[in-house]
Amino acid sequence: MMPSWNSRNQLFRKEGRLIRWSYVLAGCALISFCIGGTWLLAQDKNPFARDAKAAKLGEFQFRANCAFCHGLGARGGGRGPDLTRAQKRHGSSDADLFRTINEGVPGTAMPPNGATQQGVGMTDEEIWQVISYIRSVEKKADATSTGNAAHGKELFQGTAGCSTCHMIQGKGGRIGPDLSTAGSARSTEYLVESVRMPSKRLAQGISEAMKEFSQEYETVTVVTADGTKFMGVVLNEDHFTLQMMDTRENLHLFEKDKLKSLEKSRESLMPAYDQKMLSDKDLQDVVAYLLLVGAQ
Amino acid sequence: MARNNKGRFLAALGMTHLVSATLMLFAIAAYFVPSASAQVTAQRLLDSAKEPQNWLMYSGDYAGRRFSALEQINTSNAAALVPKWAYQTMAGGKFEATPLVVDGILYGTGQDNRAFALDAKSGRPIWQYQRALPADIRPCCGRVNRGLAVLGDKVFLGTLDSHVIALDAKTGNVLWDVTAVDYRGGYSITLAPLVIKNLVIIGVSGGEYGIRGFIDAYDAATGDRKWRFYTVPGPGEPGHETWEGDSWKTGGAPAWITGTYDPSTDTTFWTTGNPSPSNRGEGRAGDNLYSNSLLALDPETGKLKWYFQFSKHDEHDYDATQVPVMVDQGEKHLIMQANRDGFFYLIDRASGKLIYAKPFAKVTWSDSKDASGAPIARKDASPTPDGTRVCPGAAGATNWMSPTYDPQTQLFYVTAREQCDIFSTAPQPYERGHAYYGSAYFPNDDAAPFTGALRAIEPGTGTIKWEWKHPSPTWSGVLSTAGGLVFTGDAEGNFIALEAASGKALWHFQCGASVYSSPMTFAIEGKQYVAVVAGSSLFTFALP
Repeated sequence: MMPSWNSRNQLFRKEGRLIRWSYVLAGCALISFCIGGTWLLAQDKNPFARDAKAAKLGEFQFRANCAFCHGLGARGGGRGPDLTRAQKRHGSSDADLFRTINEGVPGTAMPPNGATQQGVGMTDEEIWQVISYIRSVEKKADATSTGNAAHGKELFQGTAGCSTCHMIQGKGGRIGPDLSTAGSARSTEYLVESVRMPSKRLAQGISEAMKEFSQEYETVTVVTADGTKFMGVVLNEDHFTLQMMDTRENLHLFEKDKLKSLEKSRESLMPAYDQKMLSDKDLQDVVAYLLLVGAQ
Repeated sequence: MARNNKGRFLAALGMTHLVSATLMLFAIAAYFVPSASAQVTAQRLLDSAKEPQNWLMYSGDYAGRRFSALEQINTSNAAALVPKWAYQTMAGGKFEATPLVVDGILYGTGQDNRAFALDAKSGRPIWQYQRALPADIRPCCGRVNRGLAVLGDKVFLGTLDSHVIALDAKTGNVLWDVTAVDYRGGYSITLAPLVIKNLVIIGVSGGEYGIRGFIDAYDAATGDRKWRFYTVPGPGEPGHETWEGDSWKTGGAPAWITGTYDPSTDTTFWTTGNPSPSNRGEGRAGDNLYSNSLLALDPETGKLKWYFQFSKHDEHDYDATQVPVMVDQGEKHLIMQANRDGFFYLIDRASGKLIYAKPFAKVTWSDSKDASGAPIARKDASPTPDGTRVCPGAAGATNWMSPTYDPQTQLFYVTAREQCDIFSTAPQPYERGHAYYGSAYFPNDDAAPFTGALRAIEPGTGTIKWEWKHPSPTWSGVLSTAGGLVFTGDAEGNFIALEAASGKALWHFQCGASVYSSPMTFAIEGKQYVAVVAGSSLFTFALP
């Protein structure tokens, strides 16, 4: 594996003066590359900024390489965040976007350029075109809520019961999705819909590519041979076995052929919060809290 | 790490001792390497059924059956299978190869054009090769390779930068290296070649880049190109009229899966992929020959004997690149293909005439047939700017993973994928070497998750005799053996042995990563092994 930038710099510092000379030489090389204009990677700014033609070319690339997860129009898909949000989770500058696309985001489903196994990979030029496209569909003002985030936090952790199942910044349950980043990855409309109609878009597993991130929140009910019933969400499943987490967050691994019954459902375990359970005003407060956390 | 240690070892010996040390290493190697003996002649390839202990070509035999006469592992003992050894390429990405086994030596390929020869009994490497690839290759869909072909003392490899190379089977040294085509035009090679007589026959990938597809034949001894068959006819050639304007120049139709061969009529059968751009028919009006077709070629000349086109003027990426499997029913000489478009086709091998086409998976792109019985595309199945939901999805009802035909059960086994997609389209200018889809596809919002199945089909009727359900669609192929078994893998990492007659699971092993390959089998010193690749490892299994 390549060392990270930090560890590499530390290595260099130990090596002394000779290395500093090589810094100077490397710097000169870098400058001449940039003057030549051929090494787009070294640029922090999109060479095609506000270029409508480049944005159009970027749309083709986006459809081929990105839309599978991020959806048509970059509005978010089964697993990819909504990219029309002005604030991006992993950095919003041109250089940030280039890095995210080119190198991926370790620990998430976002792969490095060319490693999606879906599209064909992009040249530097094409990545910049995609960034032009994303800029062209971004909403100028980022998502805002008129709600009271402090009250939203109280509801989330208290009477609304959200934190029983959902975690934010390490606090809360783990049977539902961690919502620490939901506020930056989804539109306000999507967040509202997820609370009012949680089964409408139960996080869709996207076949084999999702296996490493397999928590699909599919509802499962099993009855064991001795008649014990467990309800929860699927963590892993293959033809022979089922790994699930029950509503008390206990993990189970069952051999399917030894179970009395096994039923799966795309109906979410989460209750659909109607006006009685959570008023429109309170919902706005919860959304405001999610947006606030997401921006952190 | 190993290389560093070896370097230090040699340096420590000092230059004066280098020669004698090398000689000593050779002597040791000669002692341990299994006696690789008889050369693989063209006659041995024709008679591959006489040596079931070996696996001499991609599909096991010229008929493309992926069936083995080995029966030591059978329905009565398969439950006792245990892993014997694993070999790791230590590379990321998909590992799709089917290895060859010749007289105790296993020859395989890995990601990024690795190739290797192993002692097939122990998995210990004899030689390992990796091609230095240009930095700017951009093969569609992974830096993969599916295997080698063998003839004489050479193994043959198609590369991601569109070269065809011959390696010395004893050393892995490059014996010849020819450029099939400039990779910068969007071409790559991922398939295992097919050797017929003295010729190495191979096709190209690049249907996502607006290439003009072709199939080539090279002299195995020298690498000289003997013929080229363009899968998109040029001006003046029959079929050229099936392309609008200049669209033939970027028409795609890549041949990226290994063909089969009928020695009795001296005909080789090859299949082709989608017309380009894959998701946009506007601008390429016509049937777009010979995209998505089965081609019967004269192996000596590359001359077309006949063709059959599966999905005409395709807009859903339904490459017909599935192994065309030969079967004889009495006097009838036939070809079976379970196609990516969701239909099982039975075709007369002498004339190319369709016997019938019947769905083996969910199909919505077609709901009627023409006079010949071939499916006709529905007008409203065409991709639209906002997207149209069509089954099968872009990955198809099956794909490149091999099916198998078991002459004992007389059943055809295929991996089916039940996944629909939303196909969208947008005009796109062609730019050489750049992705050229005319838009894209993405998963539909269906409530039900995608699934898969291994299906056993009766070729005479197209009836599905049994199926084994996969929780999600798999990219594993299928092997059948005279032991009454079929072997397949799943996306959840299991390698599975099933009873060929019933589909009952007898054994499974968790490989730890999805199986993206087609299994094979071989024997050494009377002991049968079954091999499959998953993750970055090649696993072998045998009885204890």
